[in-house]
Amino acid sequence: MLLAGGILLTSFAYLGILFAIAYYGDKRADAGRSIIANPTIYALSMAVYATSWTFYGSVGRAAASGVGFLPIYLGPTLMAALWWLVLRKMIRISKVNRITSIADFIAARYGKSAMLGGLVTVIAVIGIIPYIALQLKAVSASFLILLQYPAVVMPPKGHPVVLWQDTALYVALLLAAFTVLFGTRHLDATERHEGMVAAIAFESLVKLLAFLAVGVFVTFGLYGGFADLFEHAAQLPRATQLLTLGGPAGTYGSWIGLILLSMLSILFLPRQFQISVVENVNENHLSKAVWLFPLYLFAINIFVLPITFAGLMHFHSGQVDADTFVLTLPMAHGREALALFAFIGGLSAATGMVIVETIALSTMICNDLVMPVLLRWQARRLSERSDLSGLLLGIRRGAIVVLMMLGYVYYRAAGEAYALVSIGLVSFAAVAQFAPAMLGGMYWKQGTHTGAFSGLTLGFALWAYTLLLPSFAKSGWLPISFIQQGPLGIEWLKPLSLFGLNGLDDISHSLFWSLLANVGGYVTVSLLGRPSIREHAQALLFVDVFRTTRRRSNPWRGSASLQDMLTLVGRFLGPQRAEEAFAGYAASRGAKSLREIEPDAELVRFAETQLAGAIGASSARVMLASVVKEEPLSMDEVLNILDEASQLITYSHQLEQKSQQLEAATSELRAANERLKELDRMKDDFISTVTHELRTPLTSIRAFSEILQSDPRLTLAKREEFIGIIVKESERLSRLINQVLDLSKLESGRAEWHSAELDLRDVIEDSVSTTQPLLREHGVELTLDLPERAPRLRVDRDRLKQVMLNLISNAVKFCDRRDGRIAIALHVLPEALRVDVRDNGTGIDPADHETIFEKFRQVGDTLTEKPQGTGLGLPISRQIIEHFGGTLWVESARGQGATFSFTLPLHPQVAQGTASPASEMTA
Amino acid sequence: MKTILIADDEPNIVISLEYLLQREGYRVEVARDGDEALQAFQRQVPDLVLLDVMMPRLSGYDVCQKIRENAAWSGTRIVMLTARGREIEVAKGLALGADAYITKPFSTQDLLTQVRAQLER
Repeated sequence: MLLAGGILLTSFAYLGILFAIAYYGDKRADAGRSIIANPTIYALSMAVYATSWTFYGSVGRAAASGVGFLPIYLGPTLMAALWWLVLRKMIRISKVNRITSIADFIAARYGKSAMLGGLVTVIAVIGIIPYIALQLKAVSASFLILLQYPAVVMPPKGHPVVLWQDTALYVALLLAAFTVLFGTRHLDATERHEGMVAAIAFESLVKLLAFLAVGVFVTFGLYGGFADLFEHAAQLPRATQLLTLGGPAGTYGSWIGLILLSMLSILFLPRQFQISVVENVNENHLSKAVWLFPLYLFAINIFVLPITFAGLMHFHSGQVDADTFVLTLPMAHGREALALFAFIGGLSAATGMVIVETIALSTMICNDLVMPVLLRWQARRLSERSDLSGLLLGIRRGAIVVLMMLGYVYYRAAGEAYALVSIGLVSFAAVAQFAPAMLGGMYWKQGTHTGAFSGLTLGFALWAYTLLLPSFAKSGWLPISFIQQGPLGIEWLKPLSLFGLNGLDDISHSLFWSLLANVGGYVTVSLLGRPSIREHAQALLFVDVFRTTRRRSNPWRGSASLQDMLTLVGRFLGPQRAEEAFAGYAASRGAKSLREIEPDAELVRFAETQLAGAIGASSARVMLASVVKEEPLSMDEVLNILDEASQLITYSHQLEQKSQQLEAATSELRAANERLKELDRMKDDFISTVTHELRTPLTSIRAFSEILQSDPRLTLAKREEFIGIIVKESERLSRLINQVLDLSKLESGRAEWHSAELDLRDVIEDSVSTTQPLLREHGVELTLDLPERAPRLRVDRDRLKQVMLNLISNAVKFCDRRDGRIAIALHVLPEALRVDVRDNGTGIDPADHETIFEKFRQVGDTLTEKPQGTGLGLPISRQIIEHFGGTLWVESARGQGATFSFTLPLHPQVAQGTASPASEMTA
Repeated sequence: MKTILIADDEPNIVISLEYLLQREGYRVEVARDGDEALQAFQRQVPDLVLLDVMMPRLSGYDVCQKIRENAAWSGTRIVMLTARGREIEVAKGLALGADAYITKPFSTQDLLTQVRAQLER
């Protein structure tokens, strides 16, 4: 006869053993001789995955759906194969960045965001509370059952138990106290709890052995082995049903959903993350865990079906819950000790889960929920408190108690509505929401903070809508019509078949929608935005963690004193631990004492990681910033942070732009140089041409002078001829010299102008009379066409006459040989006067219309007879006309004579050219 | 009697050169530009040509080059005349095959001495 006392004694004894192991483990860890630095212990501790759900619930589920209990163990087995890639990366990232929880991981990855950390914590808490309730239910139910020994009676259902008579409450309180004692004796920067890990490994062993014991008893004790048992079971009509897929065992679809779900939970359940990542001592332990853990799962599942069938055969349906077969089978066969062992096994499974889970959650609550809020509101008060470690511990202890109480509340409210397994799956689906943000954070550099936030909120919202609320409805808190007809009667919003998606079981349905929204939101929003520099830096640290073997120290500039940092860290870790930590750091840097260390970037980073272990990365950053005055980073330093800097790309763009500008400037300079050289060449050409033009007549003059001088035999005729040539060439020479000088003065603006108001008709008539001899000589007829009246004009008379003479002599030169005719006309225009000088010569090709105004150019280079002129007449005329604001041009075509015209404005605006005002005199 | 070809587009210079050379006893042919000069070569290869550089259309340099390209005319001495006396022009002319170079205005004595010298080669 088992008395409550006996059970309680055994239980307490067991817990005492656990505590002792934990204590011993911690002591050895402090002494530096860790007992858990062992891959077997590591793999065993990971078996905390198997809770009372495994211990009791597997059989329960097998009874309902045969092999349908398997998927949630197939998932982790498959995932174990990928551990070497995924989990190892997670461990490396977490070690390098001193990450102590899932919330910390996600927050750190996306720019050390406190918001994200808080969101993750909330989701985790809400998601895990039902799971905790499940453990409470298991422990209290198994306790009540065992209490009835040897009778096998199910605990009463339906009517509410009075609070202080509720076993579950005491279980909750007990577990809370135990966990508080266990896991919050001191704060550690690394959040490692070696003692806890040792105890958990021990627990994994106990529950495995208990289950195996019952299994062996059933298979070999009650029957003659597996074959015998299954032969008997085959007689049950239900047996074959249970052993086939499809039907009650579940469809392929639901299997896939469950396998996926459990693959994600083995990574993202807070207790799993805590054990496999945070508590990991050595990455290489993974290589053993990869096969040892699946082996454990296999072992603990071998006897599930045998126990199930034995139970089904022994207890006629409805009498005994299949969930309890592991306990009730030994009880029903009078095996007291075995039943007690089974109970302890169940207790072991439950306490393992509760301890690790609540510790992990309380860390998150403290670091990522409470501390950031406190810092925001009470930063000043906080920094004044000398020792914050007590505050932190207090927060964590409070969190543990609160979590247990919430678990109890949920158990009271909803524990009866569902079988154990279903509650567990709801929690699995909740933590699956972390998968996109975490896996994306590890492998995709584009993931942004807003993307993760959107994904998480959407996924969580859909999870709540498709799983959590329906569970409330099934428990009676919400009207059942919510499930059956959808909210407000909207059919396609039915939570269990959203948008009309039928045919999936609840869990797969929820998983589908929540992950769809999660991944969709995460990817879309990330792609729409751009990671900030901090996010990008963190992304590199995470995704490329295997590539960066040495952590680069942050190029940070600031001023802080060593004492400040020591004090700050001491406030959170306790002054003694802080001193130890810093001393250790000093030793690692090769300094004898702490005072020798220069406060530099590395020291600040060290302090930051120490703090992060205690209060989380984002809070640590804030606290440190308040102590340390940071100077803004310069461009060079930012470049140092980012490997593939998007900055580098921008920088090179700028360089490109600069070099383009330089090129443009260079080509401009080159063009200008060309123009200058051109001008230079023109000047050279001009001088060279002038020289040539001057020397040519000089040659004749000299030659003939020498001939005259040296040759006495010259005939008189020859003498006269030669002297005539000398005279003509001398004239030519002086004309040329004058014109060159004239043109030079005109072009450089040094010419003198003597303007007066005059009548242009007078000038024209004067010019004509001057050229009379020339006209007679060539037999050219000249006609004048002058108006009656012409407005007076302010011009230089002599210069204007020079132009007229030039034009007339040109006309004479080029008009028809035999019948030369020249016509001069004066026209009065509204704003100017125009003079035309027309000849009837052979005309000028349009191609040469501008060339003739160039220096030394004469049309007639093409004629056989060398022209008589200097080639400077027209350029000079043009200069003169343009000085008075007019224009000189020619209209002509081959064979049609030429008309040279110029205009003179009546009221010139400003004197064109560069005539100096002093030279303008009234006549 | 030696034949000298005068190629120059300045009529007065041609007159002076013609008189001088005829007085010395040479036979003189006259060309007004490059084409006429080459045509004169076709008619009768002169012993010496006084070649003005600045001529329209075909410059003295081109004529010089053309003369030297023709093996049959390799016996003709080429004396270039120019009002430009820059070194580079001299070098160019000599490189193209001219035998001598005279700058204008020239001394009549110098000219006749040069002509005589060239014809004695």
